[in-house]
Amino acid sequence: MADYTENELAKDLENQEYKFGFTTDIESDTIAKGLSEDVIRFISNKKNEPEWLLEFRLNAFKIWNEMTEPEWAHVHYKKPDFQDISYYSAPKQTKKYESWDDVDPEMKETMAKLGISLEEQKRLTGVAVDFVMDSVSVATSFKAKLKELGIIFCSFSEAVQEYPELVKANMGTVVPSTDNFYAALNSAVFTDGSFCYIPKGVKCPMELSTYFRINEGGTGQFERTLVVADEGSYVSYLEGCTAPQRDENQLHAAVVELIAKDNAEIKYSTVQNWYPGDKEGKGGIFNFVTKRGICGTASKISWTQVETGSAVTWKYPSCILKGDHSIGEFYSVAVTNNFQQADTGTKMIHLGKNTKSTIISKGISAGKSQNSYRGLVQIHKNADNARNFSQCDSLLMTDECGAHTFPYIECKNSSAKIEHEATTSKIGEDQIFYCLQRGISEEKAISLIVNGYCKEVLNQLPMEFAVEAQKLLTISLEGSVG
Amino acid sequence: MITITDLHASINGKEILKGLNLQVKAGEVHAIMGPNGAGKSTLASVLAGREDYEVTQGSVDFDGVDLLDMDTEDRAREGLFLAFQYPIEIPGVSNINFLRTAINEIREHKGEDAISAKDFMAKVREKSALVELDSKLASRSVNEGFSGGEKKRNEIFQMAMLEPKLSILDETDSGLDIDALRIVANGVNKLKSKENASIVITHYQRLLDYIVPDVVHVLYDGKIVKSGPKELALELEEKGYDWIKEELAK
Repeated sequence: MADYTENELAKDLENQEYKFGFTTDIESDTIAKGLSEDVIRFISNKKNEPEWLLEFRLNAFKIWNEMTEPEWAHVHYKKPDFQDISYYSAPKQTKKYESWDDVDPEMKETMAKLGISLEEQKRLTGVAVDFVMDSVSVATSFKAKLKELGIIFCSFSEAVQEYPELVKANMGTVVPSTDNFYAALNSAVFTDGSFCYIPKGVKCPMELSTYFRINEGGTGQFERTLVVADEGSYVSYLEGCTAPQRDENQLHAAVVELIAKDNAEIKYSTVQNWYPGDKEGKGGIFNFVTKRGICGTASKISWTQVETGSAVTWKYPSCILKGDHSIGEFYSVAVTNNFQQADTGTKMIHLGKNTKSTIISKGISAGKSQNSYRGLVQIHKNADNARNFSQCDSLLMTDECGAHTFPYIECKNSSAKIEHEATTSKIGEDQIFYCLQRGISEEKAISLIVNGYCKEVLNQLPMEFAVEAQKLLTISLEGSVG
Repeated sequence: MITITDLHASINGKEILKGLNLQVKAGEVHAIMGPNGAGKSTLASVLAGREDYEVTQGSVDFDGVDLLDMDTEDRAREGLFLAFQYPIEIPGVSNINFLRTAINEIREHKGEDAISAKDFMAKVREKSALVELDSKLASRSVNEGFSGGEKKRNEIFQMAMLEPKLSILDETDSGLDIDALRIVANGVNKLKSKENASIVITHYQRLLDYIVPDVVHVLYDGKIVKSGPKELALELEEKGYDWIKEELAK
């Protein structure tokens, strides 16, 4: 990261509008809008799913029907009309791709625009990418190489066909359908996602990466990710998200489940830049995501997220520290600009003895946006010697934005040690003047100051993601000091 | 180098500079002394281009260009450097990254290529030795957790790195012990050349024991009221500023 030159940033600065706001002109196979049992049967049938999965979906749909949309988050938006969404959109392709060469050139173009051309990725970074456009995973690279190690990394649909037992045994065990409104909705209508299994004792030699992208207008994206790290294994998983510019609000309700068995470690990194809406607050993605991991004995789950996109974000990547000596970490940068709203944070549930958790949250609010940190640290009765350290910092760029912190602590064991630090600061005019006086432009000064402020979190990201995240921070905060 | 003519400036409607005249030529060191509230730091801020101040009258010619017409960053890129009285902390941004960004912005402004990592690091080593700045400090976040003396030394280090035409040292001696003062002054003296110039703003004469000025000016109530050779500083030290006030009252 130290080698990253600001000149690269400068080039990106020229591109002020939402950089990923293009649509790909591919014929899609989209069903009519609306949600019913028939739609769910259609999706399940389309994907050639086993009976148990259809049951899983229908059961979730029943649960969802009895739930109401949550209102406790510090966000305000027009609730989506769930009958006005199309729940299935797949690029129209009947045959499966035999190799990368068979993939539709236009789709490749899309990936190139996203800056993740697979060829380049293969050559430069050694990242295996599973690319999810709308609902169907179109390409998975490096699969063969991973297969040698017994690592499974494929689309969720493929996993259902190829490894049904693994999927059946694990899905819904961390985030049950009953968990919340959006998790229930996802469980009923999810169309694809990613599946990853690391066998016992295997250290995955490369970063596994998935890109999600919403292409079709009027569709929602409901993907599911399931990562299972068996005993003593290690995996670093990257997830990036983009969506084209549209005037309407689009819904994204994903579920991510991580299972770290004894002595395993999962590092899960997200860079999310879904379309945030325009300067007047029109359009943008509603990002309602449930992410949770469960830790076995002496295992570790680490969430790192850089959230710069979406009109409304509602997201709390959490860790259930079930096994003794397990570790949970949450590193987050959430940027909101214009009329964006974010309510994000984490839950650290300490069940086992000698469990440790660390929370580092950096919120940056600009424009007229609202940015909230919401976190829960829960120490259960038997969690002797549990430790938590939380640090929540907020940086305000203007006088019209808001930063809020809602830390909840529930402690039922007197041997626990819990520390919480919080700061709120306004970006210093003095700091900017200091930079200007050294010949540094205002935009670059903000970029320096903000990246410095987020350093602890950005340092957690794998190299190529860190560079992208730095650029995104700068682009998101264009002309935002007031 | 710089010619200031009839400069008037105010903050929040209150006039601080009231018709200030000053000329500094290349190769010269000028000291500006004066009592509290005379407008010393205001002069530094106005020249550097701080937005809080409004220039209501007058002109400033900086090496042939209208300084007041330029943005803050362009003044810096044209070679005006301000050593801050209270250097600012920027957490998480290393000194090195900060300076490389600044140098490359200045080079780009001049139509030059970015500095290579090798040349840059060689320069860091050379210049940090000049101000006896621990090379570890160069890698730390800008001024974060620095002692008062380290912050001031860091200002002179930055000055050495950026090689400005005109340096304005705003009360650089404040809060320095005698060793730090000597080191800072040494740095300034070593950087002195025929092509550059310095304006040293100070409250006390002691800095001028180390940085010997060509001209000493007394700033009082927004104007330069007296100028003279370096001995003037000693006279001020001895008699205090009341002497000037009395002389003006006549």
